[in-house]
Amino acid sequence: MARIVIGQYYPAPSVIHRLDARVKLVGTMFFIVTLFIAGTWAGYGVAALALAGVIYLSKVPPMFMFRGLRAMLFILIFTASLNLFLTPGEVVLVEFFFIRVTLEGVSHAGQIALRLIILIVGSTVMTLTTTPIQLTDAIETLLNPFKKLRIPVHEIAMMMTIALRFIPTLMEEVDKIMKAQMARGADFDTGGLIKRAKSLIPLLIPLFVSAFRRADELAQAMDARCYRGDVNRTKMKIMRFAPRDFLASGILIIYGAILIFIGRMG
Amino acid sequence: MRKLACEHFQIRRTPTPTKRSEGGGERGWSIIFHSQNLHFEYVRYNESEENTLALSDVNIHINQGEFVAILGHNGSGKSTLARHLNALLAPTSGTLWVQGMDTEDPNNTWPIRQMAGMVFQNPDNQLVATIVEEDVAFGPENLGVPSAEIRQRVDNALQTVRMSEYAQSSPHQLSGGQKQRIAIAGILAMGPDCIVLDEPTAMLDPSGRQEVMDTILQLNNEKHITVILITHFMEEAVKAKRVIVMDKGAVVMDGIPREIFKQVDKMKDLGLDVPSATGLANVLRKRGIPIQEDVLTDEEFIQSILNHVKEYHDSKN
Repeated sequence: MARIVIGQYYPAPSVIHRLDARVKLVGTMFFIVTLFIAGTWAGYGVAALALAGVIYLSKVPPMFMFRGLRAMLFILIFTASLNLFLTPGEVVLVEFFFIRVTLEGVSHAGQIALRLIILIVGSTVMTLTTTPIQLTDAIETLLNPFKKLRIPVHEIAMMMTIALRFIPTLMEEVDKIMKAQMARGADFDTGGLIKRAKSLIPLLIPLFVSAFRRADELAQAMDARCYRGDVNRTKMKIMRFAPRDFLASGILIIYGAILIFIGRMG
Repeated sequence: MRKLACEHFQIRRTPTPTKRSEGGGERGWSIIFHSQNLHFEYVRYNESEENTLALSDVNIHINQGEFVAILGHNGSGKSTLARHLNALLAPTSGTLWVQGMDTEDPNNTWPIRQMAGMVFQNPDNQLVATIVEEDVAFGPENLGVPSAEIRQRVDNALQTVRMSEYAQSSPHQLSGGQKQRIAIAGILAMGPDCIVLDEPTAMLDPSGRQEVMDTILQLNNEKHITVILITHFMEEAVKAKRVIVMDKGAVVMDGIPREIFKQVDKMKDLGLDVPSATGLANVLRKRGIPIQEDVLTDEEFIQSILNHVKEYHDSKN
């Protein structure tokens, strides 16, 4: 059976991989925000250049970066064409019945498309260089202040971890059940939408039953290993800022300042 | 005398998590589990039906460092007993002491679970984390052990079960036997005095079963950890130093494997098997071939056949 990959982590020995997940998570959000500040071609140019630098440092083949774009292709074309045709402007390039393409429109559409591409590739870099478990840990530590508001941060992170742990197990189970049902004549691939949806019922019911059974057994095993929620709990791996994390944060701030400066200029 | 032993433990019952690593010491005589008239009923939520009696009048004594196999057909109460041993279940009546701690007292729950670890049947449904070493760290993290010490315990535990090279793997990439060994490492990292294994090999292939049995034996022999093994495989029970047979919630036989398995007919009546060598020897004896009745392993069986053949030859010449 083929190895199931959770998320899209691409292991490589790079600086970006070794960065603290919190830096990467906050950095990605910061990067996305700056994209909206930078409203000029120069701004997008700097952002694209910065992103290219990060991609180079991450040692992940660039091809992987653009895979995420495929799923977003429709939205990309849709937004770009809306901007292309609907932006009013002075210089008319093409006029054909009700369609009017202006120079401003072309420029605007290009910027929007570029912004979306940078945004998607930027967040893909993060998921490619950070394991799901590191992300979960980062989210847990970043949300820690919210514990004071009685938000069950630890429990949410624990649920995410368990979900990640059981995705491959349940996928194997789906595979097994499907084969068992197919051996008894079930048909999952033909017929209309309703017929196909119906044919999933004999797949989903055993899956749910077994998921509940697993949950029950897992709860017992966790009980037996003294799990009692977030009471007096320690962690084996403590997230600690290394010099490179401070350096990365510094670079991000400088980058932000440059973008704001360029934005003001334009 | 029993009471005395318990009182003694009442005094030193504050568990010290690092005790195990210091090794040896005054062990051997001490009682780790002690139950008196233990009863347990599963409550039916359907009012018309009666409660099911799962344990009735169980009196057991298990000493530190023992390797006990618990046998019994399905529904004989062996898993229920196992769940009492680390306070997952509390007795309906009667008392169970774990190192002098009454399992019914909620204050004792966590010390007991730390001390008596439990490994379950399904290797998939007891691993929590997506990375092996994180899973092994889960127990000590729950106990509030300092980070640096958790690291050390995890490395030691993985080394003990010979899984160090898989520390960074993901559980779903491992075989069943490997997953069970990780589950055992997860318990070891908590620094237990005892490991209770509830049919740990039932879902494994023969090589996985062998791996797990080797690990269990090693823990008992080298680390002097008390092992309570619930199993359906008689070949595994033979390796224990003591066998307890349960039927209808009660302990019906208790002794060394050789004495227990020799009673082939009684075992059959209880719906249990005996090791294949013992069974074959029994059949041959009934047919008039004088093989000794307490053979347990294939080796012993072969030896006793050879002895017989030799005697036969000698008498002819």
